[in-house]
This record gives sequence, C-alpha cells and structure tokens, in this order.
Amino acid sequence: MSEVAVQQPSSGGIMRLWNDKESRSVIVQIIAVAIFFALFFYMGRNAVSNLETLGKDISLDFLGQTASYDISQRLIEYDSRSTHFRAMLVGILNTLLVAFCGIILATVLGFLLGVFRLSKNWLTNKLAYVYIEYVRNVPVLLHILMVHGVIIHTLPVPKNAISVSDSVFLTNRGFFVPKPLFEPMFWIVFGLFVAGILFTIWFRRYAKNVQDLTGKQYPVFWISLGAIIGVPALAFLVLGMPINWDIPELKGFNYKGGMVLRPEFIALWLALSLYTAAFIGEIVRAGITAVNWGQTEAASALGLTRSRTLNLVVIPQALRIIIPPLTSQYLNLTKNSSLAIAVGYMDIVATVGGVTLNQTGREMECMTIVLLLYLTFSLIISTFMNWYNKRIKLVER
Amino acid sequence: MKLLKIAAYTTALFSLTAMNAQAGTLEDVQARGELNCVVSTGIAGFAAPNEDGRWEGFDIDFCRAVAAAVLGDGEKVKFVPATTKNRFTVLNSGEGDILFRNTTETMSRDADLKLTFLPVNYYDGQGFMIRKELGVESAKDLDGASICIQTGTTTELNLADFFRTNGISYEPVAIETNEEGIANYGGNRCDVYTTDASGLASTRAALEDPSAHIILPEIISKEPLGGAVRHGDDQWADIGKWVVNAIIAAEELGITSENVEELAAAPQENPNINRLLGTESDMGAMIGLDPQWAVRAIKAVGNYAEIFDRTIGPDTAIGLERGLNAQWTDGGILYAAPIR
Repeated sequence: MSEVAVQQPSSGGIMRLWNDKESRSVIVQIIAVAIFFALFFYMGRNAVSNLETLGKDISLDFLGQTASYDISQRLIEYDSRSTHFRAMLVGILNTLLVAFCGIILATVLGFLLGVFRLSKNWLTNKLAYVYIEYVRNVPVLLHILMVHGVIIHTLPVPKNAISVSDSVFLTNRGFFVPKPLFEPMFWIVFGLFVAGILFTIWFRRYAKNVQDLTGKQYPVFWISLGAIIGVPALAFLVLGMPINWDIPELKGFNYKGGMVLRPEFIALWLALSLYTAAFIGEIVRAGITAVNWGQTEAASALGLTRSRTLNLVVIPQALRIIIPPLTSQYLNLTKNSSLAIAVGYMDIVATVGGVTLNQTGREMECMTIVLLLYLTFSLIISTFMNWYNKRIKLVER
Repeated sequence: MKLLKIAAYTTALFSLTAMNAQAGTLEDVQARGELNCVVSTGIAGFAAPNEDGRWEGFDIDFCRAVAAAVLGDGEKVKFVPATTKNRFTVLNSGEGDILFRNTTETMSRDADLKLTFLPVNYYDGQGFMIRKELGVESAKDLDGASICIQTGTTTELNLADFFRTNGISYEPVAIETNEEGIANYGGNRCDVYTTDASGLASTRAALEDPSAHIILPEIISKEPLGGAVRHGDDQWADIGKWVVNAIIAAEELGITSENVEELAAAPQENPNINRLLGTESDMGAMIGLDPQWAVRAIKAVGNYAEIFDRTIGPDTAIGLERGLNAQWTDGGILYAAPIR
C-alpha cells in the first residue's frame, strides 16, 4: 500500500492525508475550528457595523448613570437615584435568592417524591406517579403563571387578610411575617450555635477515629443535635429570649413593618421548585433502583440494621448515580428563573436585561452582561457539584 | 459530518438575522409591497384586533395612512405587535419600518436610542386609576399603595420621580403588557394602575364595571405621543412626518375621506388644499412619492377628526374628549406645519 503511494506522489498529496484515519480527523477538526471562528468573527463584525450605521458605540458607561426606576423586591438598599449598576446588583441578588431557595426546596421535595415513588403503599406510590407525570409534562411558564394567578385571585386584599395569631398575615399582596430584632445578648446564642457546628465537625472525626481504633461507637447524631440545637436553645431560654419582633401592621393601603414575601417571589419559587422536584424525584428513584437488591440482602446477612444498610450501603452508591443528573437539574432551575419577568419578579433579566436595556437602549451590552452572568452562575454550580461528585465517587481498591 | 451540518445551519440562520435594514426603506417597502408597522399588543381604541381579527384603532389608522401614501392601499400593512419593552429593538433591528405605538417622545429616546420622532399625533399625560370604594381623591394620598406599572415606559420613570418629590412611598408592581395590567389590577394585586391618561380610559373601558373606577385629577407628566422611525433614513422619516401632518392639516382645511376625491379632481380656490392634494405644485416628488400621496392617505382613513371620533372619541367606548388635541384654531395645540 505504501509502495503505491510513493510511486504516485503528485496525485496523492491531499488524498493520501484524507485517506489516513488520523490525519483526516485532524483536518476535519481544523476545518471545524476555522468555521467556528469565521462565524464568530462574521457575527461580531456584523453586530459592530450594524451598530455603527445606527450611530451607536459599545460602552459600559451607562452602568454609572442614574437608574431612575424603582424596584420593590430588593435585598440591598436601592432607590430611584441609584445607578444602573446597583439595579443590576439588585437583580443578581434576586436571581440568586430564588435559585438558592428553589434548589433547596426542589431537592427536599424531589427526594421525598423519589422515595414515595418506591413506596410499597399503593396510594402514595400512585399519587407521586400522577404528580410527577402531570408536572413535568406542562411547561414551567404555565406553572409560574398559575401559582401567581392563584395567589392573586384567591387570597384576600390586605384589609381582609387571613391572620395567623395576629402576627402573620396572608394577603394577595404578599405574606407578611414578623421581623426579628436581635438584642445584643442574642449574639451569645448565635456564637454558641456556630461553636456547636465547629464542635460537631471535630467530634465526628474523633468518633470515627475511636471507632476505627477500638470499634466503640458514640451516638454521634444525638450528640451533634444537642451541640448545634440543644445548647443554643437552652442559652436562649436562660438569657430570657433576647429577641423582639417587628410585627406588620395595616397602615393605609398595605401592611407596613415586618418582612414580606411578595406573590411574585412566591409564585416563581414554588413553581420552579415544584416543577424541578418532579424531575429530581425520577432521578432519585433511578439512583436507588440502580443499587442491586442483592447488596441490601448482603448487608442484612452481615447483620446491619435497616437504617445502617441505607446509610452505609444503598445511599452512597445511589448518590453516585444521582449527582450528575441532579447537577443539570440545578442548572435548569437557575436558568428557568429567567422567566421571572412573566410575573414581574425583578431578576437580572427584568432589571439589567429589561428596564435598564429599555431606558438606555444598550441592547448589545445588556444582553451580553445577562449572558455572562448566567454563564457564571452555571459554572459555579457545576464546579461545586463536580467537586461533590468527586468526593463521593466510588473509591476503587 | 454532523458538525458540518450544524455549521451550515448556523451560517444560514445568522445570514438571515444579520440582514441589514438601513437606508432605502422606501424602496424596501415598495419592493415588499407591504408596510411593517410596529404597534401595541393590544390597547382598545389605539391598536387592537376586532372580532374579525382586523386591526383597528387610532395608531392603526396612522399605519394605514402611511401604507396608502406609499403603496396606494391602506390594507397593505403587516402589524408587528411589540411590548413596551421590545418596541425600539423591533424597530431598530429592521423588523418594523415605522412605529405607531403610543410612544412618548423624549430627548434620550431621540438621541440615544437613535430614533427619529414623527410629529406628535396625541398629546397625553400620565394619570392614575383607582377603585372608587377606596375613597382616594388625590394622587398625593397614595402613600404606601401598590401600583401596577408597565415596565420599560416613561411612566415608570415619572412615577419614581413623582413619589420621590412628594416624599411618599409606594410598591411598584412591574408588568409587561396592558393585558397583564388589567389582570393584576382587576385581581386587586395593585390599588392603582398608572399609565397615560388615554391608556387609562381605554383600560377602564375594558374592565368589568368601568363606573367602579375613577381616574384621579392629577396628570403628573407630559406625554407627547407620536410615531417614530430609525435614525439614518431621512427620506423615510420625511414621508412619515408629512403623512401625519397631512392628516392633521386635512381637518384644518375641511378635507374628509368623503370629499377628498372631489376636491382633488380639479384645482380649488384655496391653494393650501391644492398643494396638499397635488393639483398645484408637486409636493409628493419632494418625498419620493407621486402627487396623489395625501389624497390616498386621507381617502383611506380620513382626516384627524374622523380618526379620533371613530376610534377613541366621545361616542366610542373609550370616550376621550379632544381637549389638548383639538386644532389650534379650536383652542387645542394640534398644529400641523404648513405644506408648501
């Protein structure tokens, strides 16, 4: 074969490279990269020249200008005299808040659903099944609008609020709850709480060492619980409950004081969590089912109790299967939070990608910022989950 | 090979979206045979489809007038509905040729957003609508109220300024479209709905029991509403500008959709009428159109008074008075530049 090629060098040059499997793959990759960059360059140039014909430049100066609009849901100080940059920060925090709360609630609900789906109880099993099939086959936007609609149209106006022991008020303007005002003594309680966590971390390590050396077991769970919850709770009572509550009061149109969960936040949070939980439920079920029943039997044969079988045999193996798809559900939830504008929750898309964009006319810059922010969030979540995945992955011996 | 396929598709996609839409808008529109007019997603009286799906309203008629002048047929319009948020992007990206979407003319929109505004066709101001049962009589009593507001509008900024200057607080509830506004206000999510007074009248007419709501006396801003086109095509801007002026001037000169053909048949006594209708000195040629441009526009939709009375006037469900929008000769400030 090679002899033939040597004899016809003129016609074979490129064809010979093409016929060779390895060099062909290199050629294809070079072409693909070239096309990719050409496209990228083409789009970039097009954007710049189109903006130029309109007489627009690309600049981020607008972020320093006064925003002039108000935002009702905010975690940091902000008013209409603040800059667009600060409005963007408000948006970022709002997105992070709903993503964080959503991930926690979705995980808890998802694990419950997964366990229910495996339950031998017919009713629990079927209820979970119906729920999962219904929820994950309806677009999340409809869930968001529906929850929002239900809150607005079924809950009463502030004047007729549903009050829970005159301190929590449920209205269609939001859920008003008392706000804790900490007295100085409270910080002792908080200090004990932190100390409890640190103690638990140390104690778990110590207990594991003792067990490895002597086989003696401590009731780690109860001691940890006592350190983290018990001691601070006791201190709280002993110090005479050093906490005051700012209770919301009806003044004029709305409740004032206390803390408020706006219907927009609740709608987005619940809808995203309920939706993502259905997917997580299936992932959890798959993870647990994938651990061979024989493993459980073997564990029982060794005399492990049922809870130890779960904790030491089933769950560690199931987690290895659950974590990677779980990561992508977390990413989905975070990205789906960009539907916030549908109910007027002021997230990144609604602030920097919405009002700011509209008032300043900087489409290119604003959309690029929004894009980079979502990319950053997603990469952070992936990095964290990959780290966790590495930690729990099977150690082969 | 899959990769190449993807690359090919992406190229195709981007060459579609990257089509440049600058200069020569008139030629583009004439070649297309259809005018793309950016309008609201639905505000009764201004721009909304009727039971038969035909778009009707004040803004719509101005679109039709431009189409009649440019293409000879007021029906050759494709309406591109846009929200307050994306309207300028839609116009600037070339998806629309012209915008009639009760849009306030401001300096930053003109200069920074690169728009060219056409003459004002409706003088408006921002107002507040509230339930009668709440017993509020002035906007200054709105401390602590929840206020529904369309995001991406000048009203959003006026509202922030008004409450700041008066030292009172409020909870802004951002909504995207007028329909959402009606849903939120109707569902009592907000105590107050704020937008241009004309929009309030239109929204109130769409509520279950219009008489249960009042519009507060304060008008907190100037909102000169008008059409707009992209920067960079002066000829196209001139066409938009003079079609609007022609519609306003027609009322002043007593030209209506009914008598326009008769008046245009032969030169009249009044040279102003003759110039407008092309029977004396060819004004149309100056903007790249034929002498009959204004005749067709007026024939298609009528003069300003006809449009107003048909869409938002006192006899319609919207029930707006002419007020500021009367001709300057009738005590209003509507004043078309001379066509000569």
